[in-house]
Amino acid sequence: MTDSTTAIEFVNVAYRIGKRALISDLNLSIRRGETLMLLGRSGSGKTTTLRLINRLLDQSQGQVMVDGRSTAEWDVIQLRRHIGYAIQEAGLFPHYTVQKNVALVPRLERWDPARVAMRVKEVLQLVGLPYDQFAGRYPDQLSGGQRQRVGLARALAADPQILLMDEPFGALDPITRAELQHEFVELRKQLSKTVVFVTHDVAEALLLGDRIALMDSGALKGVFAPAEFLLSTDTLVQPYIAAFRAGQQILDSGA
Amino acid sequence: MSLPDFFVAHKREVLTLTGEHLWLVGISMLLAVVIGVPLGILLSRRPAWKSLVLGGSNIMQTIPSLALFGLLLPVPWIGARADRLAILALTMYALLPVIRNTYVGIAGVEAPVRDAAIGMGLTPRQLLWQVELPLASNVIVAGIRTATVITVGVATIAAAIGAGGLGEFIFRGLAMVDNNVILAGAIPAALMALSADLVLALIQRTLVRTHH
Repeated sequence: MTDSTTAIEFVNVAYRIGKRALISDLNLSIRRGETLMLLGRSGSGKTTTLRLINRLLDQSQGQVMVDGRSTAEWDVIQLRRHIGYAIQEAGLFPHYTVQKNVALVPRLERWDPARVAMRVKEVLQLVGLPYDQFAGRYPDQLSGGQRQRVGLARALAADPQILLMDEPFGALDPITRAELQHEFVELRKQLSKTVVFVTHDVAEALLLGDRIALMDSGALKGVFAPAEFLLSTDTLVQPYIAAFRAGQQILDSGA
Repeated sequence: MSLPDFFVAHKREVLTLTGEHLWLVGISMLLAVVIGVPLGILLSRRPAWKSLVLGGSNIMQTIPSLALFGLLLPVPWIGARADRLAILALTMYALLPVIRNTYVGIAGVEAPVRDAAIGMGLTPRQLLWQVELPLASNVIVAGIRTATVITVGVATIAAAIGAGGLGEFIFRGLAMVDNNVILAGAIPAALMALSADLVLALIQRTLVRTHH
């Protein structure tokens, strides 16, 4: 049941387009402060699940609770500003500088300008971008990795307690991705945020997650701690483990 | 009489007709922007209406201008004065590029940008004014440029229904078989089209630079 230790809860949630069910019978509790990885193949419904949390989609059935309140009861704009959102390709505004991109939500929430400026500096520092060097740049003057960092800084700017991340490192080259993943692990230790993180990459799920929610064909197939996941004999989990081991073997033979 | 002599001798008339021409084009373009940009925005919200509105304004463009002037003649209030009629017809011609470019410009905003904007809690109005319009402005102004150049040209036909403008010289010159008189209308009209295009190009460049 919903209590102060639950940040987000799905109760009998279904999402349909016409007669086609993209999500069905979803029941899932996400604990305050944990990083929950939504793992699955393309079309498994993981991004749809994520988008139900900040009401980029509205469920056809059931309830999504955020901080103990059904998302249908929230003012949708307030709900979204209360939740950080970082996506693949970052989605930075190309006509805004880094400073203005990161300041977006605090500015919309009418923070005092001095406080906004301070906060922008702070979060850019947090994601490893020196303010003096980057604040005045436009997104097209950044590398892919830097853009993702700015996207993360923007999601963190208003200090939301919940962070939704939709394959934020998916479009990066492997080295930059590894770099950002490790920094994210470090960042997580400093910040006590509830993170829901969509990925199709099992190594990423194992590295970043406190728990892994496995999705397949619009249904939740199980929630595992990373160690449990690796030991699971579930036939749905096996292909992921095989893929993970194959990746490790390639790494081992290369080393 | 040589062409420069003609200009000197008819200085006052050249200026008056240029003024009239400018007025016809200016009012028509103002109307086209005031009507066309909101229509383009509406289309981006209701893509189902796209074929209706764009198709409609496309058909409008295929009607020969002289015929359109004639067809509008019986319309009450509008048909009563030649300049009203000319402005209505010119506005109808200018609408298509303005509507289409507004729609295309807004539709061209990248999906992740729009997704992030909505996901972070921009209201629909903030999305429009802070993201979509600034990012589309370059394409919108390009549409206004095209429409303006077309309108300067088509406005010369307005003289055929007595709405004035530089077409007066052109039609008079045709009747008199006098190239100087034709050029007295054609040259200022061409200069007007070129300078309007130049001014709008500068505006466009400033917009691109401010968004970077």
